[in-house]
Amino acid sequence: MSTLTDPPTESFRLSQLIYDTRYRSITIQVVAFILILAGMAWLVNNTISNLQALGKDFNFGFLKNAAGYDINQMLIEYNNQMSHGRAAMVGILNTLLVAFLGCLTATVLGVFAGVLRLSKNWVVNKLMAVYVEAFRNVPLLLWIILIFAIMTESMPRPNDFRGEDATSSMILGDSVAVTNRGIWIPRVGFTNSISGQEAVAPTEGAVPLASGLFDWVVIFGVLGLSILAIRFIRRRADRIQEATGVRPVTWYQQIVLLFVPVGIALFALGATIVQPYLRGFNFTEGIHLRNSLIALWFALSLYTGAFIAENVRAGILAISKGQSEAAFALGLQPNRTMSLIILPQAMRVIIPPLISQYLNLTKNSSLAIAVGYMDVRATLGGITINQTGRELEGMLLLGGFYLVLSLLISGAMNLYNRSTQLQER
Amino acid sequence: MKKTVLFGALTVTGLVAGVASAATLDDVKARGTLNCGVSTGLAGFSVPDANGVWKGFDVGVCRALAAAVLGDPMAVEFVPTTGQTRFTALASGEIDILARNTTWTFSRDVDLKFDFVGVNYYDGQGFMVPKALGVSSAKELDGATVCIQTGTTTELNLADFFRTNNISYEPVPIETNAEAQQQYLAGACDVYTTDASGLAATRATFENPGDHILLPEIISKEPLGPLVRHGDNEWADITRWTLNALIAAEELGVTSANVAELAAAPTDNPEINRLLGSEGELGAMLGLAPNWALNAIAAGGNYGELFEQNIGESTPIGLARGLNAKWTEGGLIYSPPFR
Repeated sequence: MSTLTDPPTESFRLSQLIYDTRYRSITIQVVAFILILAGMAWLVNNTISNLQALGKDFNFGFLKNAAGYDINQMLIEYNNQMSHGRAAMVGILNTLLVAFLGCLTATVLGVFAGVLRLSKNWVVNKLMAVYVEAFRNVPLLLWIILIFAIMTESMPRPNDFRGEDATSSMILGDSVAVTNRGIWIPRVGFTNSISGQEAVAPTEGAVPLASGLFDWVVIFGVLGLSILAIRFIRRRADRIQEATGVRPVTWYQQIVLLFVPVGIALFALGATIVQPYLRGFNFTEGIHLRNSLIALWFALSLYTGAFIAENVRAGILAISKGQSEAAFALGLQPNRTMSLIILPQAMRVIIPPLISQYLNLTKNSSLAIAVGYMDVRATLGGITINQTGRELEGMLLLGGFYLVLSLLISGAMNLYNRSTQLQER
Repeated sequence: MKKTVLFGALTVTGLVAGVASAATLDDVKARGTLNCGVSTGLAGFSVPDANGVWKGFDVGVCRALAAAVLGDPMAVEFVPTTGQTRFTALASGEIDILARNTTWTFSRDVDLKFDFVGVNYYDGQGFMVPKALGVSSAKELDGATVCIQTGTTTELNLADFFRTNNISYEPVPIETNAEAQQQYLAGACDVYTTDASGLAATRATFENPGDHILLPEIISKEPLGPLVRHGDNEWADITRWTLNALIAAEELGVTSANVAELAAAPTDNPEINRLLGSEGELGAMLGLAPNWALNAIAAGGNYGELFEQNIGESTPIGLARGLNAKWTEGGLIYSPPFR
C-alpha cells in the first residue's frame, strides 16, 4: 500500500483576506453585507425607540375600526360605518381605475402621435411635435391643475340647466351634461337585472333600473366566447387558405358571431339606456365623471402619451429602411407594410420603455392629491392616517401597495415583451 | 456607492432620531425661535398681512408664548399646515406648538398622543350656502354637493349628520380653506361646511358677503385650542399657563396698555402681583423669567384684546363673544387661579 502525501500546504494567514485576490472579493462582500445588516438593524431599532418615546405601538388593528368618513367615488359599496380597510380598498380601486384608463388612453394617443410625427405632411408632423414637446416639458402637476381649473371655473353650474330660461343645455341629444361638477353620461340599466340592487332614483314615473356586477359578467362573458369563436373561424380560414390557396368568405359569420349573442344577452337582461337628469341640487342617474377624475385622467394620458409617442417614433425609426422597401417591392400596400412588417419589429424596441411609462403613470396617479381625487393616497394615506395617527403603518401599507402594483404591471408587460421578441431557433 | 447611500441614510435617521428625546423648552431656547404650526391662511385666526407678518387670533397665542419663553413676541417661525399635515408636523417635532383651529377630541388627546393645553375658542360646525339657493335649514340639503376639508373632525361630523338625518350628499374633499373658498365661489359645491368661526372669517373675505348665509344648525361641539406633544409635561405646563395668563389678565383687568405700570410696583391685588412676578416665584417654577406673563400680555394684549382686534365685532369677521365671553359674563372662558 502506498500512501499519498499531500504537498505541504501553506497555512492560511489572516492577511490573505486583504492581500490575496482569491479572498479579497469575498472579504469585501462579507464586510458590506454586515454593514448593511447593521444599518438596517439600527434603523429598525431607531424606529422602535422613537415610537416608544412617542408612546405609540405598531399594529394594524385600526384597519378594522369604523372609518367614519365618506368617499365620493365608490366602485364598491361603502358607507362611513365600514372599516378603514374597506375605505382603503375603495381608494385602491379608484387608483386602479385611473391608472387603467390612463394607460389605455396614453397608449392610443402615444401610438397615434408617434406615427403621425413621422408623417410626410408638414402640418401634421409639426402639430404632433408641438404636442409632444409641450406636454413632455411642462410638469404634470400643472396640467392636472389646469384641466381641473378649466372644468370648475368655466363650465356651467347644474343650476344653469334649470327652468324655462336655462342658459345651458345638455348635449348629444340631451344625454350628456357637462357641468362644473363633472360630466354626467348615460349608463346602461337592466330591467331583469340578476344581481343589481342599487338604490336608483327613478325619473318621474319611471321604474328604477339596477345594474350589478353579474349582469356585466354575463355580457362580457358572452362577448369573450364570441371572440374566441371568431378566432377559431379565422384560424380555420387560414388553414384552408394555406392548403388550397383560396380563402373562404367568413366576414358575415364573424359579424353575426360578434353581435347576435351579445344582443340576445342584452335583450334577455332588458338593457335600457338611462339618461342623467336634473333633480334637486345636482344631476342624478347616469354615470358621474367627477372633475377630479377627468382632470387626473386626461392630464396623465396627455403627459404620458407624449413620452410614449417618442418611444413609438424611436421604435419605427429603428427599423431599417430596407424592410419597407422590400415590402413595397413585394407589392404590399403602405398600411399593410406598417402593420405586418414595421410595427411587429418596432414593438421589440417600443415595449421595454413602454413598461416604465406605465409604471410612471401608475405612480404619478398619486398626484390626485392636487385635485382631491379619492385614490388610495387620499383614503389610506390621507384621511385614515390623519384620523388614527398611524403614520408608519399607513405609509408602509401604501408603499407596499404601489410596490406590488408596479411589480405586477412590469411582470405582465415582461411576459408580453417575451412574446414579441425575436424567436431564435 | 452602496456605502455612500447607507451613510446618507444613517445621517438622516440620526437627525430625526434626536427629535423626540430632548426637552422642548431647551430646544426652543437654544434655537432662539418658537416653531408654531398655523393654518395655511384663515382670516382673523392666522393669515400673513401685506408685509408677510403673520396676524390673527391663533397667531396671538404663539406670539404670547414666544414672549413668555424668549422675551420676544416676534421670535416665532410660523409653519403653515393643512388639516392633513398638522398632526404629523407636531408629532415629528417640526413644530413646538400647533395653534390651528384644532378641535380637542378624545382620540386626538389619548390615541394620537397629544396634549391639548386649553380652549381658546368654543366653536361648533356650521354650513354656509349662497342665498340664491333658497335653503333655510341644513336638513333641506339632501343631494347637495358639500365642500369639506379632509382630515378634520368636521368631515366626521358631516358624515354623522347626514347619516342620522337619513339624507345623502356628495363630499368634495379639499385641502385648504383657500381652495374651499375658490371651489365654493365657482359653484363647484353648493355648501361649505367647517367651524362656524371659520365660515364667518371666510365669508368676510368675499366680495359680496351679503349673498351668503350661515344656516341655523350648529351640528357639533368644536372646542378649539392649542396643543403640544404628549410626554413633555414642562412644555405643556408652560403653554397651558401662558394661555391661562392671557385669560386671567382679562378677568383681572390687566391689558397691554396698563401691564407695564401694574408690574412696576406691587398692587393691592395679590393675584395680579403673582401673575406679573412682583410677588412669589411662579415664573421660576415654570423655568421662565419672573416677567414671563408680563411679556406674554404685552405681546398682543389679554384674551379679550386678542379677540376684539382679530375676530371681534369691530372687525370684518364680526364674531360676538357668545360662549367665549369670560365666565363672569356668562361665557365659558375661565382660568384656574394663579396661586
